[in-house]
Amino acid sequence: MAAIELRNIVKVFSDKRRGRDLLTLDNINLDIEANDFVCLLGPSGCGKSTLLNIIAGFEQATSGRTLVDGKQVERPGSDRGVVFQQPTLMPWLTAIDNVAFHLKLKGIGKAERHDRAMEFIDLVGLRGFEHHHPSEMSGGMNQRVGIARALLMNPSVILMDEPFAALDAQTKLEMQEELVAIWQKRRCTIVFVTHSVDEALVLGNKIVVMTKRPGRIREAVNFDLPRPRDITSPEFNDAKRRILSLIREESTRLAQAS
Amino acid sequence: MTSVTDVSPARPAFRLTRALQGLERLIVPALLIAGWEAFARSGVLPPALLPAPSAVLHALGDWVFGFDETTQTYSGHWLRDALASALRVFGGFALASLLGILAGVAIGWSRLFEKTLEPTLQMLRPIPPVSWIPLAIIWFGIADKPAIFLVFLGAFFPVLMNAIHGVKTVDHNLVRAGAMMGASQRQMLTDIVLPAALPSIFAGLRIAVGSAWMLTVTAEMVAVKSGLGYVLWDSYYFLRYDIVLAAMISIGLLGYLSDLGLKAIMARTLRWQQTTTVQGRAG
Repeated sequence: MAAIELRNIVKVFSDKRRGRDLLTLDNINLDIEANDFVCLLGPSGCGKSTLLNIIAGFEQATSGRTLVDGKQVERPGSDRGVVFQQPTLMPWLTAIDNVAFHLKLKGIGKAERHDRAMEFIDLVGLRGFEHHHPSEMSGGMNQRVGIARALLMNPSVILMDEPFAALDAQTKLEMQEELVAIWQKRRCTIVFVTHSVDEALVLGNKIVVMTKRPGRIREAVNFDLPRPRDITSPEFNDAKRRILSLIREESTRLAQAS
Repeated sequence: MTSVTDVSPARPAFRLTRALQGLERLIVPALLIAGWEAFARSGVLPPALLPAPSAVLHALGDWVFGFDETTQTYSGHWLRDALASALRVFGGFALASLLGILAGVAIGWSRLFEKTLEPTLQMLRPIPPVSWIPLAIIWFGIADKPAIFLVFLGAFFPVLMNAIHGVKTVDHNLVRAGAMMGASQRQMLTDIVLPAALPSIFAGLRIAVGSAWMLTVTAEMVAVKSGLGYVLWDSYYFLRYDIVLAAMISIGLLGYLSDLGLKAIMARTLRWQQTTTVQGRAG
């Protein structure tokens, strides 16, 4: 059984003001295996974030079934950790309290909460900043808190919606490396939404290329280049060429159709 | 070795600038008072109509300490009068805060309360609290109760409006994050929505405490026989404008102190918020 099974997912947004419907996701079928690092790659507006929100339970598919660990997704829950595009931390809580928020909701005492959260603060390299508020930290540090918060729940899958899009190039590279290290160490299933071919190739062992509106799956490519990946190696470039040609075919097809 | 950042705190010039910086906020009030004193002494207006600041200070001093009975029956009774007003402010404000926050959060959070409760409250809101005075007197008589009722009316709506606004503008993604971490509906309210709405709620409380002082004084001028507002109105009948001004100053001072206290509580509660001004971080 796959960790995530998407069966015939269709999502239609109804634009009430203009009185028309917008087909955003058109019959998505996808299996994601446990411990996969899957990158959903596609241009803006292709519905990749919508698909992630459906898995997270934030949005309901118009039709189709979403199963996580064999159970139908109906609402958000702590079995699916989400890392948002913006860190989305509680601004009134310190880093450690943000990481431990899930434990607080479960009614666990402060000492134990902090004990358990410290492990994840260490994991994302924020020791020494655990008592800082989000407003006192950089965007990259806050996003680390967001990742630690998702990991602490020990979810079966982690859903990431372009979490590094707002970071500068150098911080982004660092965060990507650290995320791969964390994934290798903790063996979890990650679904990572991105519009960057490079980012998808650095991170994923499976890359799902999506088409422009309406969102369909163009192709799911397995990519097993050993890590750490050298982004200047011929193998990396071969893969990049292949993904880019998939995307280009798609845009020429669209251009011819119109 | 020469150090570029040679900041020795004991340098006298440095201390002097610090002391002067503390004084800069006194420049405008000092000029105003000096101008007023000069104008009052120039004799353009009779002293009874425009008492000089020195005369007002004299009246205020006697009202507070009772040294020469220039304020006659009020001499030495300032504390009693101020306390009477302050208690009304506090009573009405506390009641308004409690109910305003409760109703505001309920309306902001639940469609049901928004549909049932809000239209009625919004219809009551434009009615000036002062226009309730006749009813307040019939219902509650002449004492503390009508004053507290008026203060409540004046303070309730700012708290209500800001609480509604605070809850309604909570970042939608914070609610999603809470749901992702398994928050129940109740936890969503107590652990996410309420803290997120606090800055807005405090803004409402600060407006409300100002309204509370205004309405206490108004009520005391009409419906109560004690407090700073009563002294103000009573002195007006006896043409004692020095006492009128002393009462105005007392009200201003107490209102300012109430706001200062509220600000201190706010600063403690909202420590996570970095307060900045346009020119830079507040010290």
